Amino acid sequence: MNDIAIEVKNLSVIFTRYSALENINLGIPFGTFVSIVGPNGAGKTTFLKVILGLIKPNHGVINVLGKSAGELSPFDLGYVPQIKTLDRTFPALPIELVSTGLNAKWPAAIGKDDNKIIMDSLERVGAGNLARRPLNKLSGGELQRIYLARALIRKPKILVLDEPATGIDWIGEKDIHKIIDEYKTDFNATIIMVTHDWESAYHHADFVLLLNKVAVCFDKPEKAFTEDYLSQTFGHVGHKHEMLFSGRHHD
Amino acid sequence: MIEAFTQSFMLRAMLAGILVGFMSSYFGVFIVQRRMSFMGSGLAHAAFGGVALGILLNTEPLWIAIPFTIIASIGITLLKDKTKLGSDTSIGILFAISVALGIIFLSLKRSYTADAFAYLFGSILSVQTSDLYVTIILGIITLLTLFRYWSRWAYTSFDRELASTDRIPVTTDDYVLNILLAITIVISVKLVGIILVAAFLVIPAASARLVAGTFFRMTIISIALGVISSIAGLFTSYLFDLPSGATIILVQAAIFLISVIYQKTSAQESI
Repeated sequence: MNDIAIEVKNLSVIFTRYSALENINLGIPFGTFVSIVGPNGAGKTTFLKVILGLIKPNHGVINVLGKSAGELSPFDLGYVPQIKTLDRTFPALPIELVSTGLNAKWPAAIGKDDNKIIMDSLERVGAGNLARRPLNKLSGGELQRIYLARALIRKPKILVLDEPATGIDWIGEKDIHKIIDEYKTDFNATIIMVTHDWESAYHHADFVLLLNKVAVCFDKPEKAFTEDYLSQTFGHVGHKHEMLFSGRHHD
Repeated sequence: MIEAFTQSFMLRAMLAGILVGFMSSYFGVFIVQRRMSFMGSGLAHAAFGGVALGILLNTEPLWIAIPFTIIASIGITLLKDKTKLGSDTSIGILFAISVALGIIFLSLKRSYTADAFAYLFGSILSVQTSDLYVTIILGIITLLTLFRYWSRWAYTSFDRELASTDRIPVTTDDYVLNILLAITIVISVKLVGIILVAAFLVIPAASARLVAGTFFRMTIISIALGVISSIAGLFTSYLFDLPSGATIILVQAAIFLISVIYQKTSAQESI
């Protein structure tokens, strides 16, 4: 059991009028990269929120790092939210946002010691030069790096990302994937990423969770990305799901 | 000018002005960033219901208005949390109920209600020693929240979900903020008046937002502007025998205008 980072048993989440997740059962091993793929409204973000302890399941249990949601420390997890949720009217600097990763509170001022740790984290994601630029002046890709620095500064055992590549150009996306892959290797971290990008899921993930309220498939990318499973997840859309993945999935 | 301070009513008003200027501009930064300015307006009108009940019962209106407005504030927060209604709708409903009750209470009072006008428009003369004690106590509580709550409220204002993932008790913190806001509004009403108190909360914070690059600086600048505008407004109101609330608000408006010009000029310089 000790090699399982996230264990989910009979998990269901029901909102007032509909069920978001139905009877999910899976075990995510330590040190693996899991991509969550599914159509809009499939419960992907809900699943992340259950992992983060923001939503309590109506049925079933979830154990993260062997702990229940109530026992989990916020420092056990690194979370990169969708950047579209950012309030651009809030006066803030990247260095302040990253400091919330360190101290779990909004800073009035940043001390010398914290400043060094924050700058190291920003340098690691290639955003050292952005430390004191107003947050609302940053591009989507730059913001994503800041959020990544905020998550990684905790050196979390589990990194949770919600569509980190959305709204980012191809080079920026490659770069962010490189940072995530390096972090995974250096810290034997477990990565959970919601993505719409099948290609990146295929190439970067050790496991793919195909989700559409139910877990259609939780397996290695080459086994998950089959016509049958994709049809079950996304439904028949009048054409065969073309698999255009090039090259081998890299371990 | 100096003799103004030798008069006890002016001393009381000035001290109250400094304190409510501090508190309302401090809470104002959260109001502005959370887009809650309608909350200020709603609670001010809830205060009217409380004041009217106090007048009807022949007691000090403040003692009735404080619990009355706190209940309205909790009601608004509860309605928002427990129903599918947005906060603007919840505020709109409790706002209307409180004003309706206030009108009924005043109509039941058959005698002349000059007091009600002082509460509507604000008056230097209306600040009593007992008001000052309440204001000082709330001022101390507000000062203490700077250490315990400021960073949590700020974090929640930035991103509620992110703050929740860091186990900030966002809902409980909302209640604390809204209750303190309710009391601040009630005690500000005597100087500023019910009609203008919402603006009193918003203008210093909005001016500070235009010139500050961080939320902490915005807070400090807002507090400074709130205190300065209260002092300047009260002096002007005393000198020219004008209603205190309207005068303070116009001073704040002038500061806001300067902030807009400052922001425009500094933005052009940086191009």
